[in-house]
Amino acid sequence: MTVMNMIQAINSAHHVMMDRDDNVVALGEDVGFFGGVFRATEGLQKKFGRSRVFDTPISEGGIMGVAIGMATYGLRPIAEIQFADYIYPGFDQIVSEAARIRYRTAGEWQVPLTIRSPYGGGIFGGPTHSQSPEALFAHIAGITTIIPSNPYDAKGLLISAIEANDPVVFFEPKRIYNGPFDGFFDRPVTPWAKHEKAEVPDGHYTVPIGEAVVARPGEALTVLAYGTMVHVAIATAEAEGIDAEVVDLRTIVPVDIETIEASVKKTGRCVVVHEATRTAGFGAELSALVQERCFYHLEAPVQRATGWDTPYPHSLEWAYFPGPIRLGTAFKKALED
Amino acid sequence: MSQDVTSVRGTNRTRLSLHVPEPDARPGDEIDFSRIAIPAAGSAARPDVAAAPADTHPLCYTLIRVLDDEAKAVGPWNPRLDPDTLRRMLRDMMKVRALDKRMFRAQRQGKTSFYMKSTGEEAIAVAAAHALASDDMCFPTYRQSGLLVARDYPLVEMMCQIYSNRGDKLKGRQLPALYSDRDHGFFTISGNLGTQYPQAVGWAMGSAIKGDSRIVATWIGDGSTAEGDFHSAVVFAGVYRAPVILNVVNNQWAISSFAGIAGGELTTFAARAVGYGIAGLRVDGNDALAVYAATSWAADRARSNLGPTLIEMFTYRVEGHSTSDDPAAYRPQNAGDKWPLGDPIDRLSRHLIGLGEWDDARHEALEAELDAEVRAAQKEAEKLGTLVASTIDFPHDVTSLFEDVYETMPWHLREQQAQMVAELAAKRR
Repeated sequence: MTVMNMIQAINSAHHVMMDRDDNVVALGEDVGFFGGVFRATEGLQKKFGRSRVFDTPISEGGIMGVAIGMATYGLRPIAEIQFADYIYPGFDQIVSEAARIRYRTAGEWQVPLTIRSPYGGGIFGGPTHSQSPEALFAHIAGITTIIPSNPYDAKGLLISAIEANDPVVFFEPKRIYNGPFDGFFDRPVTPWAKHEKAEVPDGHYTVPIGEAVVARPGEALTVLAYGTMVHVAIATAEAEGIDAEVVDLRTIVPVDIETIEASVKKTGRCVVVHEATRTAGFGAELSALVQERCFYHLEAPVQRATGWDTPYPHSLEWAYFPGPIRLGTAFKKALED
Repeated sequence: MSQDVTSVRGTNRTRLSLHVPEPDARPGDEIDFSRIAIPAAGSAARPDVAAAPADTHPLCYTLIRVLDDEAKAVGPWNPRLDPDTLRRMLRDMMKVRALDKRMFRAQRQGKTSFYMKSTGEEAIAVAAAHALASDDMCFPTYRQSGLLVARDYPLVEMMCQIYSNRGDKLKGRQLPALYSDRDHGFFTISGNLGTQYPQAVGWAMGSAIKGDSRIVATWIGDGSTAEGDFHSAVVFAGVYRAPVILNVVNNQWAISSFAGIAGGELTTFAARAVGYGIAGLRVDGNDALAVYAATSWAADRARSNLGPTLIEMFTYRVEGHSTSDDPAAYRPQNAGDKWPLGDPIDRLSRHLIGLGEWDDARHEALEAELDAEVRAAQKEAEKLGTLVASTIDFPHDVTSLFEDVYETMPWHLREQQAQMVAELAAKRR
């Protein structure tokens, strides 16, 4: 076991998998010699050579297209999209190709492709380095979408993604790369070192895709969250003195409905949170699932605490971010009646 | 409320106007191909396979032609193929045409929803298949069924796919003629155009990463070269010196839009190679020997780690885009009959006749034989159903609708599957 931050854990997953399987390759903008703008691929090119770890042109459509070609050849590419905000030029290749090739060939071809991308705000990234586009991918049949919230899960889930025979979109909450940011932006950030989930095995292990985990047990209400918002939800519960049960979804598609149902049926109250914009966000799907399956257990309407339906503003990002005040308000509303 | 957004403050400034390209002839006009420059067969130089890309660039503005007006093979690009190979190529091209004829008719008879012919473009796929190794990988678009025919893929399999019937191994999921067959090195055809181009480059990069010896060929239409995927594919192919042959099939029509709408008025499609700094060739696509020779040249180059070649296959789409459009609505009727570079089957047949290796009687006999082969295959395929019959009585286990979305079916698909089964049971009651 080694104490790692999220970046180190993600880097370790690359090292482990590239050591174990010659077919694993890593590509993306600046991932080669430099090791990635967030250092996630540091040391890989030196260890595994340029033909397995290399820089690509600034062409997300090209990165996706060639990675799909490599995957159908038989490799297991890990393609980094430098910021989730840059993924859109690759969208057609992901939606029309990666997600469809198994289906349209009745399994003759598969696309074992991992698409890694840092997402989310709170780093003064402005409108083009802060977005949370996970709902767009959750909507695509054939894509698995994973969002870890801590170093242990990040490494274990990334290994599962690389070993999966289907395309996986792996969004990394970049605000918590270096510490479990809890939404109190005016307080000093604690590093991962003090967090139990920063204890990461050095070798190979997996965290299963499609399994949520209860990050904070509680009785008063259920909070459904993923990524950075898991930590914000826990901090809000502590700050408000509300005994919330925080469910860390970890995978949003396929979502772990059993864990969600068990928690909501126990508490009878539910708040869904995400940093992404609200309308048609993944919270809408969660809210629908909860009312379909837990309606007679609900004591109050399901609440949503999310980013606003605006672009992510540079200087006003802490007015945009769904921090402890917005979450606290939603928690209290869910506790009315 | 409309708003005047113009500003013509300066009196000396020219009022701007938009150029929207328009073809030479529309319905009712006389088609005139005299503007098309046709260099003499044999006039194009043949650079060494290891030539610098720049040495190939003059070839992007001419036409590599081997068969002259008398169908004699001339010049440095003559691949000097033996008569058996020539006859096999002819046979494959004629088989594609026979298949197209029957399947077009089957669509008109309501046996399937849609079909696309490759009339006039048969040499482009068939001659390429003969020039490539049988295990080289192909990333085609929808007018390269000749690759499958030349690689002896069973006609019955193709027809079952076209009919989406019980024999369709793609389980009735794909549009007709968007085949896939891994064993014949034929990648699944997408209905989203151009996507195969960067994928082909990626497959070729994979082959290079693994130290494999297989190369890749891919095809795109003139219209789809305008897609971003074309640009990214050629950039990546050049940057990583990928072992790939990038064919642009310039049949001059993208449904109803002529090649000018894709930039064809400005330069040749082969000349795209100049800007990317890769080898480029422009080939008479109706000349099977020229297609063979250019493909072999590019394949040798790719096999020697010398990187990609962009090849414009200059041809003419003789028929409509598909069964869904009538070309007489946007271009002069029977324009294809006047295409000055002729018909690829007729040209190869005349070439063989000139060699004393073929004659009209054998040609007619082969036509009849292939027609019978196609009819027999059709009969076999139709025993397994056609699309129309399929809609009444599903040809595939309906529960398969949910398979292959993911490798293992997640809970939400299992739930929806059960819901659908209940829905269909209720309908039957």
